[in-house]
Amino acid sequence: MSKKRTITVNALTRVEGEGALHVRLDGQTIEDVRLNIYERPRFFEAFLKGRAIEEVPDITARICGICPVAYQMTSAHALEAALGIEVTPEIRQLRRLLCCGEWIESHSLHIFMLNAPDFFDCASGIELAKQFPNHIQNGLRIKKMGNQLMTILGGRAIHPVNVRVGGFHRVPLRNELTKWLPELRWALEAALESAEWIAGFDFPVFDLPCELVAVHHPNEYAMNEGVIASNHFPPIEVEQYETHFEETQVVHSTALQASRREHATPYFLGPLSRVALNRDQLFPQSRELAKRMLPPASMPNRFAAILARIIEVVHALEEAIEIIQHYREPSQPFVNYQAQAGGGCAATEAPRGMIYHHYEITDDGLVAASKIVPPTSQNQRQIEADLLHFLPQMLQQTDQTIALECEKLIRTFDPCISCATHFLTLNLEHQ
Amino acid sequence: MTVMPHKERLRLAVFKFASCDGCQLALLSCEDELLALADRLEIVHFLEASSQPQAGPYDISLIEGSISTPEDVAKIQTIRRQSRRLVTIGACATSGGIQALRNWADKEEYLRSVYAHPEYIETLATSTPIRDHVKVDFELRGCPINKGQLLEVLMAFLHDRQPRTARHSVCLECKRQSTVCVAVAKNLPCIGPITQAGCGAICPAYHRACYGCFGPCQQPNARSLSEHYLATGTASTTMIHQLRNVNAAAPLFQIESDRLERREAEPRNG
Repeated sequence: MSKKRTITVNALTRVEGEGALHVRLDGQTIEDVRLNIYERPRFFEAFLKGRAIEEVPDITARICGICPVAYQMTSAHALEAALGIEVTPEIRQLRRLLCCGEWIESHSLHIFMLNAPDFFDCASGIELAKQFPNHIQNGLRIKKMGNQLMTILGGRAIHPVNVRVGGFHRVPLRNELTKWLPELRWALEAALESAEWIAGFDFPVFDLPCELVAVHHPNEYAMNEGVIASNHFPPIEVEQYETHFEETQVVHSTALQASRREHATPYFLGPLSRVALNRDQLFPQSRELAKRMLPPASMPNRFAAILARIIEVVHALEEAIEIIQHYREPSQPFVNYQAQAGGGCAATEAPRGMIYHHYEITDDGLVAASKIVPPTSQNQRQIEADLLHFLPQMLQQTDQTIALECEKLIRTFDPCISCATHFLTLNLEHQ
Repeated sequence: MTVMPHKERLRLAVFKFASCDGCQLALLSCEDELLALADRLEIVHFLEASSQPQAGPYDISLIEGSISTPEDVAKIQTIRRQSRRLVTIGACATSGGIQALRNWADKEEYLRSVYAHPEYIETLATSTPIRDHVKVDFELRGCPINKGQLLEVLMAFLHDRQPRTARHSVCLECKRQSTVCVAVAKNLPCIGPITQAGCGAICPAYHRACYGCFGPCQQPNARSLSEHYLATGTASTTMIHQLRNVNAAAPLFQIESDRLERREAEPRNG
């Protein structure tokens, strides 16, 4: 007997941006799983054309209010590649510090307000705070420290104003940073305690084999620079990204989907991939946590992404303390350049995964063409592939439970739907 | 903060249209106030933060984002009918946002430049502010909004009074902070003199020109300002781009950028 049903989640919650999920079932057969991104298109690549390269970091920041720094960093690095300039080691360190700020802020928001409630069947972080007031309050204070780093280095936490091609508009005075060392040390201790709390959660297991991809650097936990590493294929230079990966458009989404070009397979980005590929580059305390809480495995459990995030928060706090302790004000806030025609690209690690930008510029310093590939559009196919394999074990459950559990799996990716559109409603269709 | 006698909590809803989510994030960025706020306001619809959205009516609806698709036009009407007070938050909702740059472009060309199959995408030719579609009770400016101003608006409505946010220009904030004027000292085409305060005058404090995140201030003289910059060496295109940014379609910025563009298009003598 054929029993057809459709399950729909019209508006995915506790994710950034708007999307839906549609699942169509025929008895025990899953006919279709579609992650429907209905976030409105905003056409960034179109209106970047003809703008001065100096304006680009301010404009691309507006793609995403949760990870504006990742957009600014990728733009700046890609444009610097096009101009053939390299920033000084001091500016490079300050940029890592700014990224640490965004990772701390974005990860803490996801851990404490968006993802942790799933482990206790709470609707929100505010509801979870009634059960665990100290953990959530500490989480919000850690998050605030991330915001603070972005505010010092960027002027404000959302859409900071200080990043420019070549460096920064203004570099901070030493004491503007060092006065935060006590709070950073508090936040590090609190993050270590949070990691122990989270490690005690009851984790569902879903570890479908997949390709893990992340930027990799031999000497540091990759943020802004490195090769594109994978557990399936040899590493490639960032310049080869478009040869190996492609974006295609599907009917049900305003976000383009990315896949491996020659194999047409999805791939998985984000903190779990980074910890898997870059664990040796973590700072000591976070490396120890990773060894104990996320030991090397053939495939990461998607539901353990929250552990990878808190490990990265610990890393970012350790590194921020180290950078600030050694900080000396550089004599020049930025490197000068002369506009010249050319092309350049960069891949950096946004909190939710690798992000790729490519710009072609004219000899008078205007954008001639651009390509922006956000992490969530790259993860979108992997989310659909995961759901397709996650669903069979749940078919005996009610539609409501299926929808709820699918949404939890999607949330582990920390999807950023606003970014992807240039992502998500759960629509489960039983026919 | 005074503690009010515990009345029934106000029902707060947050809705999103075309936007980056940054202004909603400002609400989640009230780390110190967030849990306290939840005692006074019941956040009953906030997809980004809670998975139990409740149906209206709502006492206060915060609207992020601009109207840019046919569905949006209908959705905002429904939200208006369910909301006692409707407050727009951020540049997208109050002026159309950065995506209003499409208002100057050929939509079909824009679609083609981003999507291989433009026929799958449903979108309007324009990105417009909420006020163009429904009555708005209060507009909170900024790209992003300032969380202090957001708390002021929520507190004002909790106490049944009008919110007080500054309408003067960024210049006053610079003077108050003793920030050196980048227009005077560095000849940068700063649009702080015609931009509403609220950000804390951060760009000049970081040695760069304001690019108008909070939109036009009260009674700005945009024409006089751009004429001054053009006369002192700023290229016309640079000035147009300064005005055509995150608040490109705010009427007072738009009038001036269009004027400059028309003038550029006129044939020159000699």
